[in-house]
Amino acid sequence: MNARATIGVLALQGAFDAHVQHLNALDTDVRLVKTESDLQAVNGLVIPGGESTTMSNLLVASGLGKTLTKKIDAGFPVFGTCAGMIMMAHSIIDGRPDQIVLNAMDIQVRRNGYGRQNDSFEQDIDIKSFDTPFHALFIRAPIIEKVGDDVEVFSTVNGHPVLVRQGTALASSFHPELVPDLRVHEIFISIVHESNSSQVR
Amino acid sequence: MSSSSHTAQVGSFPVKRGLAEMLKGGVIMDVVTPGQAKIAEDAGACAVMALERVPADIRKDGGVARMSDPDMIEGIKAAVTIPVMAKARIGHFVEAQILQALGVDFIDESEVLTPADEAHHIDKYKFTTPFVCGATNLGEALRRISEGAALIRSKGEAGTGNVVEAVRHLRSILGDIKKIGSADSAELFEWAKRLQAPLSLVQEIAETGKLPVPLFCAGGLATPADAALAMQLGAESVFVGSGIFKSDNPAARAKAIVEATTHYMDAKILAKVSAGLGAPMTGIGMDEINQRYAERGW
Repeated sequence: MNARATIGVLALQGAFDAHVQHLNALDTDVRLVKTESDLQAVNGLVIPGGESTTMSNLLVASGLGKTLTKKIDAGFPVFGTCAGMIMMAHSIIDGRPDQIVLNAMDIQVRRNGYGRQNDSFEQDIDIKSFDTPFHALFIRAPIIEKVGDDVEVFSTVNGHPVLVRQGTALASSFHPELVPDLRVHEIFISIVHESNSSQVR
Repeated sequence: MSSSSHTAQVGSFPVKRGLAEMLKGGVIMDVVTPGQAKIAEDAGACAVMALERVPADIRKDGGVARMSDPDMIEGIKAAVTIPVMAKARIGHFVEAQILQALGVDFIDESEVLTPADEAHHIDKYKFTTPFVCGATNLGEALRRISEGAALIRSKGEAGTGNVVEAVRHLRSILGDIKKIGSADSAELFEWAKRLQAPLSLVQEIAETGKLPVPLFCAGGLATPADAALAMQLGAESVFVGSGIFKSDNPAARAKAIVEATTHYMDAKILAKVSAGLGAPMTGIGMDEINQRYAERGW
């Protein structure tokens, strides 16, 4: 059984367009998610980079935040990059006190942990199960300070995890949507397909 | 699994452009104090622009407008967690060096300040901090990109609360991009000549159908509807200057403009967020102003 899955990209603010292009390149059905009805129509959600405080405000204003939290608790697949990863964490250091916490994975994240824009960088990283390095862009990136026992670490930079998975949740502190390499997005698509076909059964 | 063999590079063009990508779909607000910066962040701004006077006041007070006091920029940086931009005068590469040393996240080489050089813009490749520059047309945008700008904003006419120039500049830039998209390869040489822009960038537009860096809109936006208009026309984010803190209720207006920028296609949401905001800034007609900032820059 291989029901066709639709992947949503949260389009409140940030680099959502680059994710859409990657998912299109991988021949998936994609839908921008701005409202509750958008969210109900997708089988998984990419939460892009951008400003986590801005997206947090907009999640609250649109009522999407509550629905998304409920869905995530029920195993809904999510993939967060940078700001998206911050929102998926169970706790945030150096965030705003009113910032939304989706608690999709057992990670503690420090916002802007790598510093300001002048400290932003690009470099090749090694990712478990990839034959060749992946070129990663870190833009005012968050640092993963702690991971729980159930979190699988796929890659680290200077001792800090940068690509992690727990169940149907995937998160990166870098921006796979900003390089032509599609391999990280492929991981998420397979997570969505696994989840989708197990639900259909 | 160790990545120690791979070296990190800072300040490269992809890293600069990367931050511009992160600012898409958002609102960048002009602020002149840490208190205003807090209001902007609370309202959901994706970045703030630190300057010493908003354009409406520069217009009113006259005189030479310069880079802000570093103390003020430090105060704003300390007040918020979102990216902080600051303005340098056109061609004033030393103001830009100072802003980079202060650690601002983006430098706006801005026509709103009094130009320091009447022939040259800053060589933006010499900096690790990304630059945004204004443009009234595609040729100007491509010249700025060839100098290293990581982000372009249509100029509009700052400090007027009048969206007409922003619309003109956006339509001009995006209209020419569309035309280049349907030009044949021989016509691209003529386009490059007419736009006074590098051929390679014109060819890139012909291939991709878009500007090589994100395109935001600035200059005269004052209402949620103005922001949504810019977005529907094809802007990828908006800058709002005097429009917020020269209005009756800055906090409410700022939040409404943020929501309008996200839900720019949804007229029902636009109607809801536009209600009850108090008076917008008064605004002025183009025939009432004696100085057009958009004409600064070359």
